[in-house]
Amino acid sequence: MRVTVQLFARLRELAGASALECDVPSGATIRSVWLATTAKHPELDGFTSNISCARNEDFAKMTTPVADGDEIAFLPPVSGG
Amino acid sequence: MPLPRFAVTNEALSADALAAALEGDVRFIGEGCGALCTFVGVVRATHQQKRVKYLEYEAFAPLALKSFERIAGEASAEWPAAGLAIHHRIGRLQIGDASVVIVAASAHRAESFRVCRYAIERVKQITPVWKHEFFEDGNAWVEGATTDVDDETARRRARELACA
Repeated sequence: MRVTVQLFARLRELAGASALECDVPSGATIRSVWLATTAKHPELDGFTSNISCARNEDFAKMTTPVADGDEIAFLPPVSGG
Repeated sequence: MPLPRFAVTNEALSADALAAALEGDVRFIGEGCGALCTFVGVVRATHQQKRVKYLEYEAFAPLALKSFERIAGEASAEWPAAGLAIHHRIGRLQIGDASVVIVAASAHRAESFRVCRYAIERVKQITPVWKHEFFEDGNAWVEGATTDVDDETARRRARELACA
């Protein structure tokens, strides 16, 4: 199945794209999507220990399962305010 | 109220307008509004001894709005009689520009201070907004908290700061 990956801030800059398509097998979780993304973009590897995520514009966990057509957002550490 | 309680916007922020709107919104609820506490975050001229030229803020806007609603829900569970509004600006900001405005409203002053402080601490912990600083000789993304809305320790820390 295919999901859209959304990247923000330094992730977006490092990958050179704000959105990517990602193919993962059924049963995949957001963590599988992250691993598939970093396999194609090893420059993002350094974020593995402090990445957060969202699924279809809602906060999610790396263990959350994904479905075909999902939008999965990866969030580097935040700095608003 | 004419202004939404929660917003992520490219437009300049007005603390006065947001405070007036929130007051109007809660004026006749419960005891009414006797206190408005406003926090305005502004762009500082320096970061770790470096002179800042300007900043750019980026947001995942739909999720940032949800984070504001979540923060308001947390605050009203803790301080049920208080109202809260949060506006965050994105795009390029100059030194002195307001990047975030938070207004808390309550019948009496103590709760409004607490809710306002709680809200800014939680924004810094969970809201998906990123600050990109531009200096004379380069630029850098600021990376602070790893967003985890279920992190009870972080929530407790925000509550402790609010009640300090």
